[in-house]
Parts: sequence; C-alpha cells; structure tokens
Amino acid sequence: MSIQDDHSRFKDIIKGRIKENFKKHIVNEEMIGKREKEFVKIPIPRIKIPKFMYGPKESGGVGQGDAKDGEPVSGKPGDGSRAGEAGSESADHAIEVEVSIDELAEMLGEELELPRIEPKSGAKINSKKHNYSGISTEGPQSLRHFKRTYKQAITREIISGNYVSGKTFAIPIKKDQRYRSQKIIKEPQARAVVIYMMDVSGSMGQEQKDIVRLESFWINAWLKKNYKGLETRFIIHDSKAKEVDEETFFKVSEAGGTLISAAYQKAYEIIQADYAADQWNTYLFHFSDGDNWSSDDTKLCLKIIEEKFIQRINLFCYGQVESKYGSGQFIKDLEAQCKHEEKIIRSQIKNKEDIPNSIKKFLGKGR
Amino acid sequence: MSSLPSELVEQQKVIQKLAKARGLDFYDTVFEMVNYKQMNQIAAYGGFPVRYPHWRFGMEYEKLSKGYEYGLSKIYELVINNDPCYAYLLEGNSLLDQKLVMAHVYGHCDFFKNNFWFSKTDRKMMDNTANNSTRIRRYVERFGYDTVENFIDACLSLENLIDRHSPYQGKIKSKEPNSEPPPENTIKPSYKIKPYLASYIKAMGLKHKLDPDLESAEPLKPDLPPEKDVLLFLLQNAPLEDWQQDVLSIIRSESYYFAPQGMTKIMNEGWASYWHSRMMTEEICTSSEIIQFADVHSGTMAMSPMGFNPYKVGIELFRNVEQRWDRGQHGREWESCTDEAAKKAWNTNAKKGQEKIFEVRKHMNDVIFIDEFLTEDFCVKNKMFVYKYDQNTNQFVVDAKNFKAIKASFLFQLTNFGQPTISVVDSNFENRGELLLSHTYEGVDLQPDYMQETLSHIYKIWSRPVNLATVLDGTPNLVRYNGEKFGFIQIGEQEKAEEK
Repeated sequence: MSIQDDHSRFKDIIKGRIKENFKKHIVNEEMIGKREKEFVKIPIPRIKIPKFMYGPKESGGVGQGDAKDGEPVSGKPGDGSRAGEAGSESADHAIEVEVSIDELAEMLGEELELPRIEPKSGAKINSKKHNYSGISTEGPQSLRHFKRTYKQAITREIISGNYVSGKTFAIPIKKDQRYRSQKIIKEPQARAVVIYMMDVSGSMGQEQKDIVRLESFWINAWLKKNYKGLETRFIIHDSKAKEVDEETFFKVSEAGGTLISAAYQKAYEIIQADYAADQWNTYLFHFSDGDNWSSDDTKLCLKIIEEKFIQRINLFCYGQVESKYGSGQFIKDLEAQCKHEEKIIRSQIKNKEDIPNSIKKFLGKGR
Repeated sequence: MSSLPSELVEQQKVIQKLAKARGLDFYDTVFEMVNYKQMNQIAAYGGFPVRYPHWRFGMEYEKLSKGYEYGLSKIYELVINNDPCYAYLLEGNSLLDQKLVMAHVYGHCDFFKNNFWFSKTDRKMMDNTANNSTRIRRYVERFGYDTVENFIDACLSLENLIDRHSPYQGKIKSKEPNSEPPPENTIKPSYKIKPYLASYIKAMGLKHKLDPDLESAEPLKPDLPPEKDVLLFLLQNAPLEDWQQDVLSIIRSESYYFAPQGMTKIMNEGWASYWHSRMMTEEICTSSEIIQFADVHSGTMAMSPMGFNPYKVGIELFRNVEQRWDRGQHGREWESCTDEAAKKAWNTNAKKGQEKIFEVRKHMNDVIFIDEFLTEDFCVKNKMFVYKYDQNTNQFVVDAKNFKAIKASFLFQLTNFGQPTISVVDSNFENRGELLLSHTYEGVDLQPDYMQETLSHIYKIWSRPVNLATVLDGTPNLVRYNGEKFGFIQIGEQEKAEEK
C-alpha cells in the first residue's frame, strides 16, 4: 500500500521533532529502569500544515445540547460531528508519541554522533546465522530459483545435443528444478561486559546520584544496542565495595566515607573471575564526586588502573559529579597520572544538562 | 479491495431501485468492500485510492488507525464525487449497517450530481488524482524527495487561498493555466495537440516558448479589484520553475475539487441522512432490524455541546422545510402572523414539501440554507446555543441562547466557508516587487503562529518579501516577512511616519 511510504515519512518527521529537543527528553528521570522494548511517552508539538486560519480560542461557535447560560462546555471546538469521520480536525496542540527506549538509544547515537564500537581483536566467538544463499535440488515451490532452473535446463539440452541457439526452447524438467536453500553462516560476535561503579558515600547527594543513574542508564542503553550479548555488573562503594543487582544500583542510598580503591579492587576481582581477556570486551565506568579519603588510597587506585586495568580493558571512564561537599581532587590526580593513556577518559559532570556531553566524551571514540 | 458479496449485490439492486423510485437521480455507483486498513488508507487520501506522496496523508492515516485500534472511531462509509461514484463499505459490518450505508450513499450521489455547487467539479477526479500522483512522483524522481516535499509543504499551506465563488462566475476556465487548456490562452503549435497530452506538454515547459502571454501577465495594480484566488495569482506571477508551477496547479485544482464539499457539508450530510432514514424506516428494514437501525442512526445524530453536528442540523432542517411547505407555512402571510397558536396549527394542505426539498438541494449551499431556513422555533427545538471563550476561567462557556446570536454565529462560521478571506492587493508593493496581501477582517484575528509560518511559505514561492495587512489585538497591522525576520508595523503609525 502506498500509504506506508507516507506513513513512515510521517514517523520520520516525528522522530526529527523528538530529536530537536532530544537533550531535554533524555534527562527525564522517568526513563530510568525501563527495558529496551518498553515505551515511553514523549510530548511533541502537534504537526500541522500552517494556514491562514482563525484561532480556535478566538472563535467560539454554535453548540447543541442541554445547557444553561454561562455554563462551561467541555470538549474541543468544532467537535460536533461524529468521531473518526475523515477530514474532521481537532484543535490539539500537543500529541504524545510513544517511543521505545531502543529507538531513543538509536537517536542518542545519531544525535551525539557516537561511532559504532569496534570490538577488540581476538575477542570473538562464533554465532550461527541462517541465510538463504544456498542452492539445492529439492525444496518448496515458494523458493524456486528460476534463473538457476533454466540454466540447468539449457545445460542439459546442450549436453544432449538437441539445443540449437535461437531455435529450440529449453523446458525444465523435474531434474532441473533448483531451489534456494539455507546456509548456515558462522558469524563472529563480540561479547562485552560493562561494570558500573558508583560512589554512594555521604558526600554524594540525591541530585548527584540521579545524574549518575541517568548517565549510566543511557550508556547502558547504547552499549546494549552495540553488543548483542552484553553483560552488566554493578558495584556500589563507600569505604567498602559490594556488588549489587541493577535494581539496587539504581535505587540505593547509603552513607559513609570514600575509598575508591575498594571498588577498583572489586571490579578487578570480577573481571578475573568471570571474563577471560581473549573473549570479552571490558568496559569500566566509575562515577564519584572525587572526594577520596586519603591520598594514599588515590595512589593505590592509580596503581590498580595502571598495572591491572590497562592491559585487560577496552575503556575506563571516570565521571566526576560536582557536589557541594566534595573536593573533586580525584579527577586531577587521575589526569596528572594518565594524561596520555587513550583508554582512560575523564569527564566532569556539573549538572543534568551535561549528561549528553559526558556520554559523548566517554563513547565518542568508539573503543 | 473486492467486489460485493452476492447478498449485498441483491441489496444494492433493491436500494438503488427504491432510491430511483423516490426521485433520486445519480451517476452509476460502484460499491467496493474494503478492510479497515484499506478504509483508513482511502480515508487518509481524502477518498481516493492514490494521491501524490506527502506525509500529511501518513499523519491522517496514523490518526485513523490509532482511533480504530483503540476502538474510538470507525469509518462507516466513504463516497467520492465522481462519474461513476465510488463508495466503500467496511468489511465485517453487519448487514443492517451496510444497507444503511448504501441508502446514505445514494443520497450523497444524488446530491453530487444535482447540486449546483458541485456542477463545476471534475467528475473524472478518480483518474486525475492518479495522474497528478504520477506526475508528482516523476518530479520526486527528478528533483529529489526533499525538494519536492518542501515545495508541496509550501503549497499546501496556501491551499485554502482560493476564490470559492470563481468557478460559478465563469472566470476559472479562461484563467486557469493548467486545466484543460482553452484554445485562446495557450499553445498554438503547428501540430494539433490531443487533449490528453495538453497538460503534459505544459509540464514540459513548451508553454514558455510558445505562450509569452502567461509570462508577461500584467502586474496587479492597486486600482484593480483584489484577487481572491491567491493561488492563481501566484501561478501566473511568481517566478516558478515549470515543475513547481505544475505542482502548484495540481494542488490548486484539487483544492477546487474539494471546496464544494466544505460549502455544502450540512446540506450534503443532511440530505443523505434524510434519505437513509426514510428509506430504511419505510421500506428496507425488517421489523427485527428496526431497533438496531434506530441505535446506529441516533449515534450518527448525536449532539455535542462543542459545535453542531452537520448530520443532525441538516436532516432536521430538511424535515422542517418539508413539513413547512407541506402545510404552507411560508410566505408573507405566515411570517406576519403573530398568533403563536394559529402559526403552529397553520395548514393549507399545500403538500409542496417534497418538491421544495428537491429544489433546495438543487440550488443552495450551507450559507443560503441556514440563512433561509434557520428559524427561532428550530433553534429552540434543537437546543442550540452560542458558546465563547472566557478569558477569566480559561474555558468555553455558554454565551447566549437567543436566536439572533445563534444565527449570526452560524453564518459567521460559514462565511467564506469558515476560512478567512485573504486577497492579493498589490504585487509591486512600495515599488519593490513585494507582495501585499490583505485580510478582510471580520472581528476575529488570524492564529498568529500559523500566520507567520504561512507568510514564510508564501515567501518561498514569491521569493520577494511578503506583506499582510491584518488586524492584531484590535489594531490594524502590516506584517512583513523578508526571508529572515518578521516585522510588525501598526498601520496607523506608518501613515503618521509618512506624513512626517
């Protein structure tokens, strides 16, 4: 049906409208915790072809029904004719569009021009995929391969010597029939693990935690689009670190001091235990206000990064959320130590509006 | 799409015969059975199976499909003014629904064929929309989707700027550059052009080489009467590429085709409802179906506090007219009668009702219909009132129930068929080649954001600054768009400035 073209064009336009205010939409906290296929509602201004017309509020009009003077009437102006009749227009100003998280992540990628992630070489396993590129002598009629069938018929005729070019016809017999058939293709597939670490110490306020959650939610959504078999692990830490499930990670609030090295140590243990270096792409994201307990601990952290992480991982991202209490020293130490290390990315996040930029910084290199 | 099942074919024959017997006169009517997806598509395309590619049809389709999927709305019938008439029935409707729709459709078909305001419409529109679609698709292939879509957007923004009366004043045939070309205004090549090739040859751009008249059309002078057909004016005077001119003329001709449907909404629906109601209750319905019919019928006739229902107002007015002329309740004698009781009981046994409603359906449009037949009794009986927007409470409230206010509001809504009147006044405004449009103010402002966007669309076509004289918040204003920004000059002040 030709309407499909117009319909998909219209949907594209809607997507364009969503993108216009994309940065506003993605910092909406309601998104957190939604699954990829789940839908969220996004309000966009009604799309209409502008014309010279009377404003609906100016005009008023004639209505019908039991009513007293001064009584409010409900509904929309001009809504008198029966519902759904072609061509009847209502005066809506905003419409809500349902978009899946998946699509939003796609838009995020387009909007921030995030590159597709190149899997680490060697880190491959094979997945099987079916493809109709084979040919077989048997099969259902719906998979007949005309060209090959006639080729076969002509070949047979030529071999038998009956064929005179331009004069005789090749008529396929049962033996000539060829059908498309399945072929199993082994496709290399990359696997990836992402470990999110969040500082939940007392100096991280609710606002800071929200920022971390939003940012990690979108990073997660984007990486999930890139890797089919993405695994995620979550670590929270104050002066101790512990692994938690996704739900806890996005909800917990704790208090205490900050020892970043505890988290790094924990992350390293997880990698060592479950993710062999030659099969897994490994991503580490750490969010904190940068207020580490002591400079000794900072040294220990840097040592872990340098000696243990760099060899094993694709990317180590450190996001520092600005907080009222934190000194924010850690990012400076990190910068001093690892300025030239490409695998380590640092980002300062002042407020919610910084989130898209920060994501771009983290994922913009496509590692 | 499929033809009708045999039981419906039988029914169609019966209903057609009944309709003929009652004096309805129509083109052949082709019924087709469609499923809801096809119905939504056809409805989104304004009744046609094919239209040129544009997203607004997709938007309409989305709205209709959502409405259907959520069970909010369902399109029962669709009928196209064409010779033969095409009508669509929705698969899966009950037999009674289908019979009702067929009876209703014959009412519409009779109206299309006989109403004066439809007399100038293209009766081969089914073919022509398909041709238009093919032509525009070809432009899409040549110039790119975005280019053509952009231009269509601009044209559609102006599609209501036509002169709805011009077809009946004999103007349109001689002036319209792209319809079946009248001989004196077009190409005089050495060979004879077959009629079906004419528009193609136009589109090929031969016109410019052969027809200098069009190019050098006189610029509109301030002393000439303003041109209400803004689209025609742009077609003749704007610096357009050949394909753009063709696209604009397609949109204009489709706009003229649809215009009478807007001009006769109340009458058309009223007429069709009047006939389906009579035929169904008097002959078609079996006794077991009559309750179901009443249910469906009353659903269509539902009244709403926000706006009148054209089906309801139309059918009641036709019935009222029939009754009045049956009883001779018209003319000076009746009107000057002040005795309410006598007026009510008035009956001369004239029995002119049928004759009168057929006459009404032949000559009138909604404006005349309402102006002529809306009476105080009728307003009271049909519970009509006027509502307005209350600035203090931010909602619409019932304003008045008196007859004069209702009639005035009704007629205002129908003046120029609900569209503001915009005309071209000057094409060389201030001697700078700027366009000056004028809005004939009738007490209601134009919606400001739309007005600005529309101006920017006209700029795309005119490619010189565009001015619009209108009234904003009670003061006359000249709105100017120069391709970059809008300027607002209060017209009084401008004159003062000139005086200084």
